[in-house]
Amino acid sequence: MEGVNGSGKTSLLRTLCGFMTPEAGVIRWCGEDIRELREEFHAEMVYLGHLNAIKDELNALENLHINAGLAGCALDDKQAISALRRMGLRGRETLPVKVLSQGQRRRVALARLLVGNARLWILDEPLTALDVGAVGLMQELIGEHLSNNGMVIYTTHQPLDVAGVTTRRLSLS
Amino acid sequence: MPVTKEKLSQFGLLALVIRRDLVLAMRRRADVLTTLVFFVMVVSLFPMGVGPELDMLRKMAPGVVWVAALLASMLSLGRLFSADYLDGTLEQILLAPQSLSLLVLGKIIAHWMVSGLPLVLMAPVLGLQFDMSAQALWVLIAALLLGTPILSMVGAVGAALTLGLRGGGVLVSLLVLPLCIPVLIFGAGAVEAVSSGMSIASHLSLMAAMLVLSFVFTPWVTAQALRISME
Repeated sequence: MEGVNGSGKTSLLRTLCGFMTPEAGVIRWCGEDIRELREEFHAEMVYLGHLNAIKDELNALENLHINAGLAGCALDDKQAISALRRMGLRGRETLPVKVLSQGQRRRVALARLLVGNARLWILDEPLTALDVGAVGLMQELIGEHLSNNGMVIYTTHQPLDVAGVTTRRLSLS
Repeated sequence: MPVTKEKLSQFGLLALVIRRDLVLAMRRRADVLTTLVFFVMVVSLFPMGVGPELDMLRKMAPGVVWVAALLASMLSLGRLFSADYLDGTLEQILLAPQSLSLLVLGKIIAHWMVSGLPLVLMAPVLGLQFDMSAQALWVLIAALLLGTPILSMVGAVGAALTLGLRGGGVLVSLLVLPLCIPVLIFGAGAVEAVSSGMSIASHLSLMAAMLVLSFVFTPWVTAQALRISME
């Protein structure tokens, strides 16, 4: 999804998540209205907005445990650590998030994508604060997700180059 | 990508939310101590302000302790959802494929353990400054044990409705105060009754009834209020 600042990308994504009711029309997941599905829809999706949605006072591991728990799965330490290492946070797993840099915090936030079985990823400018290495990693993760029958809806000012997948571009300007 | 298969039970989920909020409160101790310090200060300043006449102090004690508990509780309500709202974790809670009422209940319980329970434990110590009898102190503890959870639960509805609004603190108090006054009246009334040798059964049963009603309704109402506030 592309568009100039203020064109409504974030609002649209939030409406897709179910936070806001559309003025007209119905949002459907697998043919059913998301407002009826509610929890079933939430079980199949992950949303990451502008805010990282992680607690500064907790460390990366604790944050991941909570994210997994809320999603309904108990996560064991090994899986959590391997997810964080994949995101390039080796050695930072037990530091309180508030001492990490913005880019590292974004990586902690993105680690939630590696935990759980969500088929739909709704990402609002996921590449913010990420360095080139992390952007490459995101491309990889999205590519893997898509090849596992996943779906990604994202907004960005820097389009990702993911080979061999169907991309629909929606321009809101 | 690691796919986790073990599912959390409802109770496990409640425990997760409570543990999360307790850990967060322990790591931001300043916030937590503010409520307790406020409570201690208000209650302790009264004997100093009104003079040492024991008879008068004994009569005032239930009212003073209860008003202080009420004010301390309202002050602490801002903390219930605002931190989560500001860092985006509240959105994630709303998007969790779980019963939102359950998650909200977990937050309210943790909030009470951190803001209400210390008041219950501190109150008898403070009550000594007012020369309250042992019997009165026990009833005070029982009444606060019944009443402070009600304040937390009813307050949660107010906190959810005023999320992110400027001047939210004052607004929460205005919304919640009318609903908390019965708790104040019966709570203080119970302690006054025992001091006059009257039966406290009616006061405490009414409070227990209010507690049960709050427990049944407020998590759901708070959840709906959160959804509205997050639009």
